[in-house]
Amino acid sequence: MAEATPWQREIYRVLKAYDVKQVAYVPDAGHAGLIDLCAADNRMKTVVLSTEEEGVAMLAGAWLGGERGVLLMQSSGVGNCINMLSLPRTCGLPLLMLVTMRGEWKEFNPWQIPMGQGTAPVLQQSGSLVFRIDDAKDTADVVDGACRMVFEGCAIGAVQIGQRVIGAKSFGR
Amino acid sequence: MTMDRARAEAYPLRRREVVASLIGQRTDLLLVGGLGAPSNDIAAVGDRPNFMPLWGAMGGAAMIGMGLALAQPSKRVLVITGDGEMLMGMGALATIAVKAPGNLSIVVLDNERYGETGGQTTHTSARVDLCGVAEACGIRVVGKVVTAAELEAAKPAILEFAGPCFHVIKVKAEQEEMILPPKDGHYLRDRFRTAVLGAEAAKL
Repeated sequence: MAEATPWQREIYRVLKAYDVKQVAYVPDAGHAGLIDLCAADNRMKTVVLSTEEEGVAMLAGAWLGGERGVLLMQSSGVGNCINMLSLPRTCGLPLLMLVTMRGEWKEFNPWQIPMGQGTAPVLQQSGSLVFRIDDAKDTADVVDGACRMVFEGCAIGAVQIGQRVIGAKSFGR
Repeated sequence: MTMDRARAEAYPLRRREVVASLIGQRTDLLLVGGLGAPSNDIAAVGDRPNFMPLWGAMGGAAMIGMGLALAQPSKRVLVITGDGEMLMGMGALATIAVKAPGNLSIVVLDNERYGETGGQTTHTSARVDLCGVAEACGIRVVGKVVTAAELEAAKPAILEFAGPCFHVIKVKAEQEEMILPPKDGHYLRDRFRTAVLGAEAAKL
């Protein structure tokens, strides 16, 4: 089990308040504590994906069947979702995405930079609202605001969780 | 191994008859149709509110079925899609095998062709065996159907058995009359949710 950070506990609390039932994710260090909280909750159904766009399709099915969900992924996964985002957009289905950022502040891996820098514009061009957390103390407020617009405003929305919140990966350097 | 183009022209089963035989008059199935010919096959049976025919989202049909199956565990969810659509989202078979929703059944109508783009051969016309992929992933019930007798024998598994179930039905490569399902996504959403949820569908 990854020990959940306070901001991850805040996200979990907000997801529960909005009755999120399906949690789809590709394993990710930044989301690890939140994933474990969701997996330990027997009222949530956690699903490990092979690739992120599966989660976009799955959560479309979830909403057609009356359940709310969330897709947890890293910034690199956003690129995998582009065509599948046409599904919630064309059918008017709510979709909440929480995106842990790589390829920005203090990134040491050049391969993460293209998609990290592309995350917000790609999401916007795909019809998603984009929210952002750069200070952990804003977490509950930003995620709550995103949830309300997504689930009560029937929108596609993504929250970028910045590397300043997660901590830059260093591989021991 | 080269692609065998002629083989699929000799399969005895015809896709429209297969779909009509599977769905019959059942109104309790929640049905997702993969884009292209499978959605047209479903429309040919007679469009219904519990049908969700896709016009895009290629590679996503099985996972839409998965989310639906998790949300509605007491209902049978049937995904009818094509070989090209399934090949694009093959990782979903691993995801579905691991989560293993018992009420999800996937049927691939395999004519070994990309029907919407001019009938080019797919990988299944060569050596790729989607049943082998599903079995290797650990999908609980896997079956291959080529003949009418095999279809009858497989129907209980496709429609009733605890799953997840995955069947490849080899169908004749042929050009069918174009019968299009509705394509307005908001209309499909509203009628499907109303069929599943009743008045609750109006609530966001």
